[in-house]
Amino acid sequence: MKCGIVVFPGSNCDHDVYHVLSHVLEQETTFLWHQETSLEGCELVVLPGGFSYGDYLRAGSMAAHSPIMAAVRRHAEAGGRVLGICNGFQMLLETGLLPGAMRRNRDLRFLSVDVHLRVERDDLAWCSGYRRGDVLRMPVAHAEGNYVDTGEALDELERRGQVVFRYVNGAGRREPAANLNGSERAIAGICNAGGNVLGLMPHPERCAEEMLGNRDGLGLLAGAVAGGGRLGALAAAGG
Amino acid sequence: MTTTPSSAAGEPVVDSALAADHGLTGEEFGGLCDLLGRSPTCTELGIASALYSEHCSYKSSKIHLRRFPTRSRRVVHGPGENAGVVDIGHGWVAAFKMESHNHPSFIEPYQGAATGVGGILRDVFTMGARPIACLDSLRFGEIDGERGARMRHLVDGVVRGIGDYGNCVGIPTVGGETGFHRSYNGNILVNAFALGVCREDRIFTATASGAGNPILYAGSRTGRDGIHGATMASEAFDAESEAKRPTVQVGDPFTEKVLLEASLEAMRSGVVLGVQDMGAAGLTSSCFEMAARGGAGVDIDLDLVPLREASLTPYEIMLSESQERMVFVTQRGQEEAVVEILSRWGLEASKIGRVTDSGRARLTFRGRTVADMPVEPLVDGAPVYDRPAAPPADLRERQRVVDCEAPEDPLRALRSLLGTPELGDKTWIHRQYDSTVRSNTIVGPGSDAAVLRLKGTPSALALTSDVNPSYCWLEPRMGGRQAVAEAVRNLATVGAEPVGMTNCLNFGSPENPAIAWQLRECIEGMAEACRAFDVPVISGNVSLYNETEGEAVHPTPTVAIVGVIDRLEDIGAEGDLHLVLGCGFWRPGDRVVLLGCDSGEYGGSAYQRLLQRVEAGRPPAVDLEAEAALCALLRQSRRAGWLSGCHDLADGGLLLALAECAMARGIGLRGAVGCGPLALFSESQARAIVTVPAARTEELLAAAEARGVAAREVGDVGGDRLVLDFEGGTVDSAIGDLRRVWTEALPRAVG
Repeated sequence: MKCGIVVFPGSNCDHDVYHVLSHVLEQETTFLWHQETSLEGCELVVLPGGFSYGDYLRAGSMAAHSPIMAAVRRHAEAGGRVLGICNGFQMLLETGLLPGAMRRNRDLRFLSVDVHLRVERDDLAWCSGYRRGDVLRMPVAHAEGNYVDTGEALDELERRGQVVFRYVNGAGRREPAANLNGSERAIAGICNAGGNVLGLMPHPERCAEEMLGNRDGLGLLAGAVAGGGRLGALAAAGG
Repeated sequence: MTTTPSSAAGEPVVDSALAADHGLTGEEFGGLCDLLGRSPTCTELGIASALYSEHCSYKSSKIHLRRFPTRSRRVVHGPGENAGVVDIGHGWVAAFKMESHNHPSFIEPYQGAATGVGGILRDVFTMGARPIACLDSLRFGEIDGERGARMRHLVDGVVRGIGDYGNCVGIPTVGGETGFHRSYNGNILVNAFALGVCREDRIFTATASGAGNPILYAGSRTGRDGIHGATMASEAFDAESEAKRPTVQVGDPFTEKVLLEASLEAMRSGVVLGVQDMGAAGLTSSCFEMAARGGAGVDIDLDLVPLREASLTPYEIMLSESQERMVFVTQRGQEEAVVEILSRWGLEASKIGRVTDSGRARLTFRGRTVADMPVEPLVDGAPVYDRPAAPPADLRERQRVVDCEAPEDPLRALRSLLGTPELGDKTWIHRQYDSTVRSNTIVGPGSDAAVLRLKGTPSALALTSDVNPSYCWLEPRMGGRQAVAEAVRNLATVGAEPVGMTNCLNFGSPENPAIAWQLRECIEGMAEACRAFDVPVISGNVSLYNETEGEAVHPTPTVAIVGVIDRLEDIGAEGDLHLVLGCGFWRPGDRVVLLGCDSGEYGGSAYQRLLQRVEAGRPPAVDLEAEAALCALLRQSRRAGWLSGCHDLADGGLLLALAECAMARGIGLRGAVGCGPLALFSESQARAIVTVPAARTEELLAAAEARGVAAREVGDVGGDRLVLDFEGGTVDSAIGDLRRVWTEALPRAVG
């Protein structure tokens, strides 16, 4: 599958995602410059982590207005796959491709630790390598990952099954101590109603190789390039 | 043009009093006038004072620094460049350096620490190397109680500053150390290390060459921040230091990140000849040092320097330490290619001058020549002092042997040590730093040595920074030796061969003979160890005048050594690399073996300092041959794939090291040692704990014997308790209890 990684000034996980997609998963992978207006035929678009435009104003807010984001929006609306990791997730919230917003972490400090995630959906291509209820270990590294939305919007998100990953303890149970950034309903990752746009705060690209002691993230990136074609069909087939 | 330079309008008259205000001695000022053949202009005085400052000229340390070995078959660039460069194999080289940002961090902790990280990153990427790792070595004063309130503020600010800067640029902070001692109450130490890698044929140097070639200025505009930062960093603090807050620079990590990417891209373009960042002393040191390296001169039109406000004087422009600025020298007529790359990254670039063959730096401003100075005599001919050195008057008193009382209950003593900020868990700090970005981190912070894979090769790099200031205070030469020995040992625990060292020498005022003696002795001890282990010093930094109202910091020669693991594959025979290379018990049934001998040494030990509240005697002796034998054994055992884990014995001694191994993953030990309760806390050097599968024990013991390293089996890994029999009793504790004390220590102390 042709994969494109958008490079914004301040992106700093672009090379890491490239490494996994290109060298581990052996996909045709290219960088897309933020000032371009074409996705060059990429089927998977990744908005990588980092501090786009220094995260000045709000995390992800200036990147949401980059020229390439119009093309990303069209791609998403046409059912194409878009994956936002960390700062990329923040951008998806800022563009409105995903609902909700981010606040600063509960203790107002940058948080760089391994967390446990519970897989809440396994009917999406993204999660085709996991089963519902699986507990994954992944690193997080962010200062603004405290997900928030109104009560009704969160209920709606839950009702539509758009919560894909939640912060849990090692045994797979929710508890305040495992939800370190303080996200509402322990939300770590969500998708859009069509299931083709996914955003999450943890970094699957940093835990995709045996050598680094953890391959829990490989399934997600493998899922992202699995199958090809239109993701809407896969999502619909899954329910 | 042969106009005699003159001060700009409104600038003060230059005389010996103004020179003295700039930190120049009468002799230095006289020498400057002789060199110029006239009285300097105001701008020239400012330039000379910066270049002659301790920070830029190393005038008090130069004669001692010559003691360091600086060559080996791996050294590509030794001291003198922005960062030293060593060959790490497979066509790759590593560029690294450590630098202090002590003075600014004490005055303004957040910006001081942040710009420390920014500066060291620029030092690395100006060499053409992409930064892949940072370490930070921090020393704070007492943080307890009411008196510690300011120190807690400093800890918080420094940690946030380092984190916010490194995290944003996207360079992982993979290790370092943090210590607390009252000698840092008036002067904290912030030593930042960065390492970058590049292909061996892609290295750049900061050289201006080729008359007529254009000089480009890139990055942030020049403002008034940081003026005379280098001079401030060359003075002791006094009651008025607070007023120096405006001399602290303000950092912008986002600009740094784009400057990094744009610079690396520009260097790949093939038209860049030389690159230099504007660090200490800003445009002054970058122009003069680049010209000096190329044996060239420069003509700079200060009207072309991009400014934040139009009213800056030439003096201010030359001395500003505004951050995130670079100078490029390109091929003549090719500057547009570089400007285009920079502007694609949203950076301003302008041509501010050209390289000449005059050997002089000529600066013009509004049609007037404001400086015309010979380059080489100012840079390489800066004064060098052989300051009088003598042991401190109270040395004998310091080294008087004090009897150490044996603990009535070693477990209680262990818990007390684990509960100090000094020896407590440092996760509160580490988790504010991104340690996994760039996806190379196999072992991150909190271990003996960090380990990073080197993508595209079978190898890995190992990094560590070490120093024990109490040892250095009691006996500087032994302390200097120990810092190097411990760093080499830490690398050996992961099987890495040391390939190069950088350091940051933090001392008080060299004008005090006792401090000059400490400096000389520490360097001598370090140099002895470097020669013994064949580790070249390839870069470094000296920070003097770390004292306030006559109270100097403990001598703190921070050492950072980089090692290479040739084949990671060999080491992982016994399981996952991050488990095997970390320093914790993880597999029940493994045998625990103690390597090395104890001689019951307590001078400057954690037990003596933190529990007996005494700092006296002689520090543990460092037997360089014994260290070399131990390290060779560890590397051999790693290469052979025998070990499932390894941890060296350092501060706190054997019991603390065993507790750390147990707390790492909550897996315990049942064992016995043949020593009394006090020896559990002895800090004799050249020791390590290794774990091996039972089937490998024989091979390990035989190899140890062959190398003359004492080895004894201590017990077996397993269970959730630390149980250790010693002569006269047993330590027996649930690991969870120890962990609680250990993990709560620092968060509680910083409030």
